[in-house]
Amino acid sequence: MPQHAWTDDQPIVSIKDVHKSFGNLEVLKGISMDVMKGEVICIIGPSGSGKSTLIRCINALNDIQAGSIQVEGLEVNDKDLNKLELRKKVGMVFQQYNLFPHKTALENIMMAPIKVLKENPVEVEARARGLITKVRLEGKEGAYPGELSGGQQQRVAIARSLAMNPDIMLFDEVTAALDPETVKEVLVTIQDLAEDGMTCMLVTHEMGFAKEIADHIYFTDRGVIVEHGPPATFFDKAEDPRTREFLSQIL
Amino acid sequence: MDKKNIPGISSKPSAGFAVLKPFNAKPAGEPEDLLFSRWLASTPLWAWCLMVAIVIAWPLTSYASSTYSIGDAFQALWRWIPFIVTGGFLFNVIISFFAMLIGTVLGIILGLMQISPAIYIRLPAQIITQVFRNSPWLVLLFIVLLALPYEIEFGDTIIRIPDWVKAVFGLCLPIMANIAEVVRGAINSVPNGQWEAAESLAYTRQQTLWQIILPQCFKRMIPPWMNWYAILTMATPLCSLLGVEELITLSRQAIEAENNRPELLVPFYGFALLIFFAYCYPIARATIALERRFAVKL
Repeated sequence: MPQHAWTDDQPIVSIKDVHKSFGNLEVLKGISMDVMKGEVICIIGPSGSGKSTLIRCINALNDIQAGSIQVEGLEVNDKDLNKLELRKKVGMVFQQYNLFPHKTALENIMMAPIKVLKENPVEVEARARGLITKVRLEGKEGAYPGELSGGQQQRVAIARSLAMNPDIMLFDEVTAALDPETVKEVLVTIQDLAEDGMTCMLVTHEMGFAKEIADHIYFTDRGVIVEHGPPATFFDKAEDPRTREFLSQIL
Repeated sequence: MDKKNIPGISSKPSAGFAVLKPFNAKPAGEPEDLLFSRWLASTPLWAWCLMVAIVIAWPLTSYASSTYSIGDAFQALWRWIPFIVTGGFLFNVIISFFAMLIGTVLGIILGLMQISPAIYIRLPAQIITQVFRNSPWLVLLFIVLLALPYEIEFGDTIIRIPDWVKAVFGLCLPIMANIAEVVRGAINSVPNGQWEAAESLAYTRQQTLWQIILPQCFKRMIPPWMNWYAILTMATPLCSLLGVEELITLSRQAIEAENNRPELLVPFYGFALLIFFAYCYPIARATIALERRFAVKL
């Protein structure tokens, strides 16, 4: 398939038999999945099962040893990959927020579109203020990350990714470092996004949230996908004993 | 009956097995606890008074029977102070200033080279840094002084290189290497997540370094940088061994001009000590103040 020949009836993210090792440790042992535009998928599984690694491979933060990952027809596992092109399509939010501590919330959101995409600062600022409203942080534009709570920082981080106008959003255990009472405000923000039709891939431990929001759930263990399916069947009629054991421990 | 031994109450607490002590969660590249300027700034002001007292009292007791009175010695010092300060200490300040300036510029370049992903840039930078960090300063000074020519010819014009300029080059080498380590340490102390976040926002490595990482490093670098300036200033009397006209050289000349009287040694060198202290103490205090301010903000 030639690059950029992608149309939105094809998978927006297409992962085929991906293998990834850190030294001698093989963390992904042949993972395949397809994600359609507008779909919300959740990847769950015990820690060390490779779910975060998988999601980081999609925007080339980690490289893969074998297999293929295509994002809108763009092959990620390619030495000549145009990383700018890929990362304009894929936004990512991290567990530790990783906001730039020397910039205000608004500047955090505006920086990349102005500096990387060379967009007009006036337009970017208007968009950034819109995003601040969208993540319900009006009045916090001038606050530095150190002055914001974890949940507020994480919402700024989401807005910062959205400012690049991505087609796909990756969420890597975004609520794992948060206080329980601020988890909800972040989940609501993600839910808003999903309802707006954004393609989302989440690594999460929030089973209740996954059940509610996901179109499709993947359960990974020791580098392979053990079981997957829509939430209704996945949670109630899991077939694999490993899945059942995991769910019984966590639910 | 023997009293029961209760660890933690009747004896030292003991777990009876290996205990992992709490991890000291100091990020890499933080200023070390034993920074020179921190030590200097922690010297209380009474140390000043003590030093002055010693400078005065020592010759008083040592030479009480001498015909050359302590008053004569301090009168001699008083006569020479303008010469020693304007012709001598001024050069210590000038040498330290330019050595710091050049050393900082080269050190930043060297420090950035050390974190380059390209090994043919990184490796030479690491070697240069280690060589100059671990060489005795005096040896470097000698090499530079003897290796540099006395004069440079540009066609017809001949430019003489004064000794103090050579001293600047000699002293800027170890400063360069140590500042390179300061820069590298500061960059490495920025959490890896900052690089990843920038990368996922399509920043290139260069853009990340200049727009995200270095602005965060700047504050962290100031205290160790000032610390190195204080150390450098303290090291400038080394130049006197090479005949560069500075504070110690001129003090020695002044003593010789006063017939080499041994009573003059303590007042003159004591004065040198005081003037260095007077120069470096405020710098050290300012370093601590800055460290505190940044510690709150970051």
